[in-house]
Amino acid sequence: MEMPIPNADILAKKSRLVERLLQVLPNEAVIHSENETKVYECDGLTAYRCPPLCAVLPASTEEVAAVLKICHEMNVPVVPRGSGTSLAGGALPTADSVILGVARMSEVLETDYENRFVRVQTGRTNLSVTGAVEEDGFFYAPDPSSQLACAIAGNIAMNSGGAHCLKYGVTTNNLMGVRMVMMDGSVVDIGGAHLDASGLDLLGVICGSEGQLGVVTEATLRILHKPEGARPVLMGFDSNEVAGACVSDIIKAGVLPVAIEFMDRPVIEATEAFAGAGYPDCEALLIVEVEGSDQEIDDQLDLICSIAERHNPVELRQSKSADESARIWLGRKSAFGAMGQINDYMCLDGTIPVSELPHVLRRIGELSDQYGLKVGNVFHAGDGNMHPLILFDANKEGDLELCEAMGADILRLCVEVGGCLTGEHGVGVEKRDLMFDQFTATDLEAQMVVKDVFDPKWLLNPSKVFPLSASEERMAS
Amino acid sequence: MLIPTDEKELADAISSAKGPLSIRGGNTRGFAADGTPLATTGLSGISLYEPGALTLVAAAGTPIDDIQDALAAEGQRLPFEPIDHRPILNSQGTPTIGGVVAANVSGPRRIQAGACRDSLIGVRFVDGQGTIIKNGGRVMKNVTGYDLVKLMAGSYGTLGVISEVAFKVLPAASSAACVLIEGLTDANAIKAMSRALGSPFDVSGAAHVPVGLDGTPVTMIRLEGFEKSVQYRANELKNILDEFGDINIELDPANVAKGWAWVRDATPFVGTNGDIWRISVKPSDAPELVAKIAPQSHLYDWGGGLIWVEVASGTDVRAAMRNIQGHTTRIRGDGHAPKFHPEAPLLAKINRELRQKFDPRGILNPSLMG
Repeated sequence: MEMPIPNADILAKKSRLVERLLQVLPNEAVIHSENETKVYECDGLTAYRCPPLCAVLPASTEEVAAVLKICHEMNVPVVPRGSGTSLAGGALPTADSVILGVARMSEVLETDYENRFVRVQTGRTNLSVTGAVEEDGFFYAPDPSSQLACAIAGNIAMNSGGAHCLKYGVTTNNLMGVRMVMMDGSVVDIGGAHLDASGLDLLGVICGSEGQLGVVTEATLRILHKPEGARPVLMGFDSNEVAGACVSDIIKAGVLPVAIEFMDRPVIEATEAFAGAGYPDCEALLIVEVEGSDQEIDDQLDLICSIAERHNPVELRQSKSADESARIWLGRKSAFGAMGQINDYMCLDGTIPVSELPHVLRRIGELSDQYGLKVGNVFHAGDGNMHPLILFDANKEGDLELCEAMGADILRLCVEVGGCLTGEHGVGVEKRDLMFDQFTATDLEAQMVVKDVFDPKWLLNPSKVFPLSASEERMAS
Repeated sequence: MLIPTDEKELADAISSAKGPLSIRGGNTRGFAADGTPLATTGLSGISLYEPGALTLVAAAGTPIDDIQDALAAEGQRLPFEPIDHRPILNSQGTPTIGGVVAANVSGPRRIQAGACRDSLIGVRFVDGQGTIIKNGGRVMKNVTGYDLVKLMAGSYGTLGVISEVAFKVLPAASSAACVLIEGLTDANAIKAMSRALGSPFDVSGAAHVPVGLDGTPVTMIRLEGFEKSVQYRANELKNILDEFGDINIELDPANVAKGWAWVRDATPFVGTNGDIWRISVKPSDAPELVAKIAPQSHLYDWGGGLIWVEVASGTDVRAAMRNIQGHTTRIRGDGHAPKFHPEAPLLAKINRELRQKFDPRGILNPSLMG
């Protein structure tokens, strides 16, 4: 993957930059020695690494504003960073950039059950937002699988999803307001505790803009009361087609489960060997979870099972207790770890129309044969968000490149059948150069003019989202 | 009036325009700006509907009724329950799906299922230069590039003329109930609705009518889903709301539907003469704000987060909004105050610059939004 050559002028003014940053931040919040900046050389996409010029850890919106103002004046690029869990390289530094980490800003600023929101600093982790309200029965719905570690700042940047978004939506559907620092240091409040902010929907375009429009320091998030309970049913089928048809029939019957997870044979076998969850020996497995009171859950699961019966399942296991639920989820929750036991893997994130599922899985199988790399599929089946896991050997010469080429082919396939490159991980650097497969030059230009408005110098999170060939002119000027 | 019949004609109409264009669908919502009328009604039809994938794609000028009929035939619906503005505005014409999107029109279910923009997953539009642009797509999880889909929703035609929209739809509920509490003050009604909305019982509508059909206040809380579940939750709600007053449960589906259509379309203001404003605030701020405005009549939806008020012609309710976070839109009436809430200076600048980028000649519904 290509990154622009670091700007020599910027590298040359490092000492002046550090000096100025130290005027607005305490010593321990400015990290500039080479052995310490290394900590920030990569995020969750560890294949790419590059230590930044320096890293800063401001503790308030005012400090963020002071840092951005300095960088704006000195024309130094800034890479915002939540917890650094991005799988797409969204927080990958360049050698001539300042990493701006929000980790020290993790306070809950306001909790309001009557109006059902919390206002938090964005360095707070996703799970600890729920942690702050769960004693009172509430939760924050978006639940990316990295929720223990990932920060709300990153969730907003990437518009993160999760397993339960079929019912509750993704970050953008649960974000009510932000306080954001613009690249020039000015601070803007958008939305708040009321619904549907006035004017153009800036909140909607900021969410998912991968940290390229501003640094969000505070967020107002919708909270909900927890459901009375939740339980899954596990079903096994002897073909991917039949499992796909069953998903479609469940949805058509008017049930809206909170989650419909799909696993194919390679993943079922891997998780059985790893976790021994007792999954059936079959081609495709679904876990469908519903919520409500005990009786409501039973009624919905009975209906779902009656639909599944019509598709001759090889197994149908309806959970009756928390224990049984845990066993059903055990394999799914250990799927990534199980695949990791076999080899290194790359996790893709394309979305497809649900009706294309059998065709896409068949084509992925063919690509797997063609490239000689094994693939397992874990899948949010209700919304079409795929997670093909391509196995490769990082120590084998050329294997990573082979894997990336195959990944790109799978993502192009997703676009070809009417889907998209990324459903919840973001474009980052990883899928940047595939954007022309999904968008025309004019489609991308329409997105880039938005950045022109928010960040005219193109200093925020450079060389991400847009293909270098599309953005280089703006970066140069 | 310009009525292009396909996207290419729409693009040509815009690129060759010599002056301001007044963009509209069926022109039923009272937002037409000055200029040569350009209607999207010639772009019509559902191009894709997959009930098993909960997705629908339609041309912008498709009548909203056609969409709702097609969905109903498969037991599905648009989640956000768009209002029909014709009764309160006394407007004619056929509302279109593009108009719903351009005005981000959302009804009572907004508190549970989100606004129009939350269900919108893809758009095609033509910008002020005549360039055709697409964003989003037909899949419900998509973070590929910037989300211009949301930016277009509620942009009232000022960034581009929408030619096609794609939605995530939802199963329609097979059953519904309405928990009714009589006689509450505004403040207590907000408290009761907050308690219901903060419960695990998945409330899909919470409105308070200060003057009900028989003259007494009534608070309405809607539950939807499978029949047994709706009944169970209605009884549970009755228990947790017991202290607020006399509670009845309406289980007749026709009555429940009628009651919520009445709220959705702001029916108390049909045929009256005052100006109508729509105010979005934090629910707990609502009663005090209403007391300050002292409207001729009012109605709370969204658990108190949405207030409809009717005031004497020419009154600017924004004076009462000082120190209260939120915003107001004038839905009916002329007056001197702008229709849309004035933005804070920096936000106004961003809004203005975005409009300049998408419509450098300033010909799309000029000055409508500021």
